[in-house]
Amino acid sequence: MEIKSMHFKARAAAQLANAGLQANLKKVKGKFVDKRRDAIADFCAQGGDFEALREAGEDLRDRVLADLDLWLEKFEANATARGATVLWAKDGAEACRLIVDIAKQHDVKKATKSKSMLSEEAGLNQALEAAGIQPVETDLGEYILQINDNEAPSHIIAPVVHKSKEEIADLFARVHKKPRLTDIGEMTREAREVLRSHFLSADMGISGGNFLVAETGSVALVTNEGNGRMVTTVPKVHVVITGIEKVIPTLEDLSLMLRLLIRSATGQPISNYVSLLTGTKGEGDFDGPEHLYYVLVDNGRSNLLAGEFNAMLRCIRCGACMNHCPVYQAVGGHAYGWVYPGPMGSVLTPLFTGMKNALDLPHAATLCNQCGVVCPVKIPLPELLRKLREKQVEKNLRPLGERLALKAWAWVAARPALYHLGTRFAVRYLKWLAGGKQSIPVLGVAPEWTVGRDFPAPQGKTFRELYAQAKKS
Amino acid sequence: MRVALFVTCLVDLMRPRIGFAAIRLLEAAGCEVIVPESQTCCGQPAFNSGDRAAAAMLAKKVVAEFEAHEYVVAPSGSCADQIRNEYPGLLADDPDWHDRAVALASRVFELTDFLVNVARIDKLPSDFTGTLTYHDSCTGLRSLGIKSQPRQLLDRLPGVTVREMSGAEECCGFGGTFSVKFGEISAAIAERKCDNIRSVGADAVVGGDLGCLLNIEGKLRRMGDETPVLHIAEVLAGSR
Repeated sequence: MEIKSMHFKARAAAQLANAGLQANLKKVKGKFVDKRRDAIADFCAQGGDFEALREAGEDLRDRVLADLDLWLEKFEANATARGATVLWAKDGAEACRLIVDIAKQHDVKKATKSKSMLSEEAGLNQALEAAGIQPVETDLGEYILQINDNEAPSHIIAPVVHKSKEEIADLFARVHKKPRLTDIGEMTREAREVLRSHFLSADMGISGGNFLVAETGSVALVTNEGNGRMVTTVPKVHVVITGIEKVIPTLEDLSLMLRLLIRSATGQPISNYVSLLTGTKGEGDFDGPEHLYYVLVDNGRSNLLAGEFNAMLRCIRCGACMNHCPVYQAVGGHAYGWVYPGPMGSVLTPLFTGMKNALDLPHAATLCNQCGVVCPVKIPLPELLRKLREKQVEKNLRPLGERLALKAWAWVAARPALYHLGTRFAVRYLKWLAGGKQSIPVLGVAPEWTVGRDFPAPQGKTFRELYAQAKKS
Repeated sequence: MRVALFVTCLVDLMRPRIGFAAIRLLEAAGCEVIVPESQTCCGQPAFNSGDRAAAAMLAKKVVAEFEAHEYVVAPSGSCADQIRNEYPGLLADDPDWHDRAVALASRVFELTDFLVNVARIDKLPSDFTGTLTYHDSCTGLRSLGIKSQPRQLLDRLPGVTVREMSGAEECCGFGGTFSVKFGEISAAIAERKCDNIRSVGADAVVGGDLGCLLNIEGKLRRMGDETPVLHIAEVLAGSR
């Protein structure tokens, strides 16, 4: 996907000014935050310990990542033994090449797709189209985006969360050339009718993968719409595209991860569908693909394994961090400008696409840690964002003015006499600016502050001055 | 108990009365209060901006100024957390300074936490009356577990009723330097916080971190709302 994350600030401003989007974003809280809270309360009421589960999830993911190569080899051996072909892609471009080659080899004209963020990373739809293969998104949200001129998703599990029902009703009426419907059930039925013929006529299905189970060579898919099953069982060829970090050792581990993932993502105790797909169609099987391929993509992941950002590879793509993020809630996913929004996106985008492409993202966070406390695998997101800020300073990537201001401030703060003189001057200046009022409406030294709020006037003298006076008297 | 007050740079600059209120409360709890004169800032703005060298320099300064004292108390969860939980890691490369930071860390407290759990304050000097709503500041809440402490203290004031707002634990949008780097986003987040505050209809909004309070006050005033915005120390210490 084209990288636009360098324009975060301008994109965020546009999103803040978009009244329709702002109304739509308000859904996020009720839809995800409250549902997650209730699901975890239910789990705990039944004697479960969600904190212990998070710790187990963290341990499991760390254990896998410590020996990732070995677990991947085990997965490859077991998947291959069950008739699958495992292919490795160092980046998105290679993944696209491999999948286009597979399609050509099997004479594929049309490929149905279930949701995959890696497909977005790789720009797979564009690559397929360029090769004359029609990609059809079948996740309802992704379908809506595709028929809306290939719009980008704004959330990793709810790609059209930025759209209202009315916008989608208009879009369906325009694209489906049918009377405008307003009932969600009817609209869904209309989309399903369109998709049904694609499901039956596609020569290849492309899915993502929530987890790869090493001991069985299976892929686990967590979905709510059932489209994933159509994509992975009807066509003669099934291609799984996912990241190399998604492997877990056993089915027992899968049950742990499902408990964590689904509650964290949608607040359901379990999703409508959990598919565990193993191998090609066997003798006597009614369905399943004749050919099964895994395209396991690195695209920057292995670079993180040995470094200080390795905790990010624990991520299981639940979306809880963005759902709980005050910045995401304010500006929505498109502001972030690449595949992954919110706190996890602000860490991944600079690491996957290059620091310089996303200078704002690590700073576009209040470090409130609402993300960190909900992360099902306990990724210390604020700490990682702060480390990225340190990397920017180390590499001299911050604006000169900011660097100088920080250096000057720290230099003065280390010299108490000078600092006290400076603060005495500063409070008097601010007091003068307030002109007897309690608020300063425009603050020249920090103009960003007063864009949307006043700056409260200082009391008048510094604590130090008043304390010294009080001690004397 | 001998307590060194870490005033915090924002209280020093913007709201000295919070510092004096903290002193009154600590004295009411039977503490002897010392205010180390050379203190400036805990260095968090540098730390969160990625300038580790500047942050480490200021951390050493704070450690040297405060390590001789039995306890260190700050009227801010954010600054207390910086000293308590971040200094040891920040000074990890220097074994001597690291040990000194670790030795100091466990003696550093946020004000209400200290009053409830260490000094076990008995009588509060407050004469405050009215309904209040309490904003939980992120760092105090999520890094130091400051949640029940301020409420326990407010509950002891006979004339005070606490009315919880919706989303009390949600960020107000301040975020330190975030507030001046992304002013529009910061103000948009503050607006949601202020909507929640206004829906409660309390006589005042109270919190434990001046950064958040300045943000909330600035947004309320811009919205034309004159609800008083107070630090918990001001409420507990009463007017004098």
